[in-house]
Amino acid sequence: MIGVRMLVGTRKGAFILTSDEKRKKWDVDGPHFAGWEIYHMKGSPADPDRLYCSQSTSWFGQLIQRSNDGGKTWEPVGNEFKYASETGTHLWYDGTPRPWEFARVWHLEPSLHDADTIYAGVEDAAMFRSTDAGQSWKELTSLRTHESAPFWAPGAGGMGLHTILQHPTNPKRIFIAISAAGVFRTDDAGETWQPMNKGLKSPEIPNPEAEVGHCVHRIAMHPSRPETLFMQKHWDVMRSDDAGESWVEVSGNLPSDFGFPIDVHAHEPETIYVVPITSDSFHVPPDGKLRVYRSRSGGNEWEALTNGLPQKDCYVNVLRDAMAVDSLDSCGIYFGTTGGQVYASADSGNSWAPIVRDLPAVLSVEVQTTS
Amino acid sequence: MIRIVLPQHLRTLAKVGWEVEVAVSGPVTQRAVLDALEEAYPVLQGTIRDHGSDKRRPLVRFFACQDDLSNEPPDSPLPEAVASGKEPLLIVGAMAGG
Repeated sequence: MIGVRMLVGTRKGAFILTSDEKRKKWDVDGPHFAGWEIYHMKGSPADPDRLYCSQSTSWFGQLIQRSNDGGKTWEPVGNEFKYASETGTHLWYDGTPRPWEFARVWHLEPSLHDADTIYAGVEDAAMFRSTDAGQSWKELTSLRTHESAPFWAPGAGGMGLHTILQHPTNPKRIFIAISAAGVFRTDDAGETWQPMNKGLKSPEIPNPEAEVGHCVHRIAMHPSRPETLFMQKHWDVMRSDDAGESWVEVSGNLPSDFGFPIDVHAHEPETIYVVPITSDSFHVPPDGKLRVYRSRSGGNEWEALTNGLPQKDCYVNVLRDAMAVDSLDSCGIYFGTTGGQVYASADSGNSWAPIVRDLPAVLSVEVQTTS
Repeated sequence: MIRIVLPQHLRTLAKVGWEVEVAVSGPVTQRAVLDALEEAYPVLQGTIRDHGSDKRRPLVRFFACQDDLSNEPPDSPLPEAVASGKEPLLIVGAMAGG
């Protein structure tokens, strides 16, 4: 039966939400790993029943869980994320150098082609790869040892590598983003990395147009147009049409261009979604109105999507990994909030309904279209 | 046998009950007991001590016989009551919010 499986990571466990293609009635399964923070879960495109989950607490550290049956059962796999060479230093909040120290896995990105290969983005920022289904992890060292790395600094939530985008046909090309360093691209499967931040302007850093140091919150790509990237930066929504070589602002008429997630419609590569947030010092929607904004022109011209979303007294946030789309004919859009609501739209954002209202704070949302 | 009480999250992870027992050959030290525990339950590697350095995680505590042994050198002998199995070694998640 065609349907949707949603993987929701929260502050206090993992939840798996399933529905048929109508996406009206949902089964909620969880919490899995109750009491642990689930920064991210994601399924393998090569084997959709192979799921990976990042589980952690400040008390007992990092675990990685793997499921081979779509989340019915799980087994812990390798949890040793060891920097592969001498750890240098990055900048701390007070501007002093601080040695790299592993804290947690922010994001897991399974290979597009091999269910046993998976990438992990971690804090302090680095990228790891497993080729044995998560049993062991090896750092792609040249990112952390990039010549600019001593000048990277943490964002408010830590110095995490939070986005990993794989080119759909060229496995050697990968984009990553780090808060607060910016976007980097490899064209040789992680042997070397180049900063891709030309055109970004961040008044919060000493040189607003510096090569690195930008607080990129999220980047997104449609697989049919891998040269085009969309970005939600700390402030500013941006796009690149040359694989990250240059960026232009497309914030247009948004009520605020601060925000965290950004995503692309499954079938319309110029239709994109953001959730404007008031400011960097007030992480809630403007005017207490939870509004998703959609642009059908790849930016600049935005429309508010409000049907079914709270339009008064709403003071939640939507975090960077907490929005996803399905690939059914009528594209579904989903997001979770720090207030524990998960909202779904089965009609590309025209109307919304909450699937659940009272989960723990939602950290991440991923969606699989099942068959 | 050395008796060990794990915190709830690690009991769930290791799929064990309130108390586990491990055998230690040689001096009964914190390091020897944790080595034996992790050998018996590999899933606990990295959850009590950091990988590689074997340094106690900051929010994990070791108690026994109503004493806090968390900051004792890892190669110091544990109390005789723990070594004899009369008292358990308590591995505790620190009180640090919920």
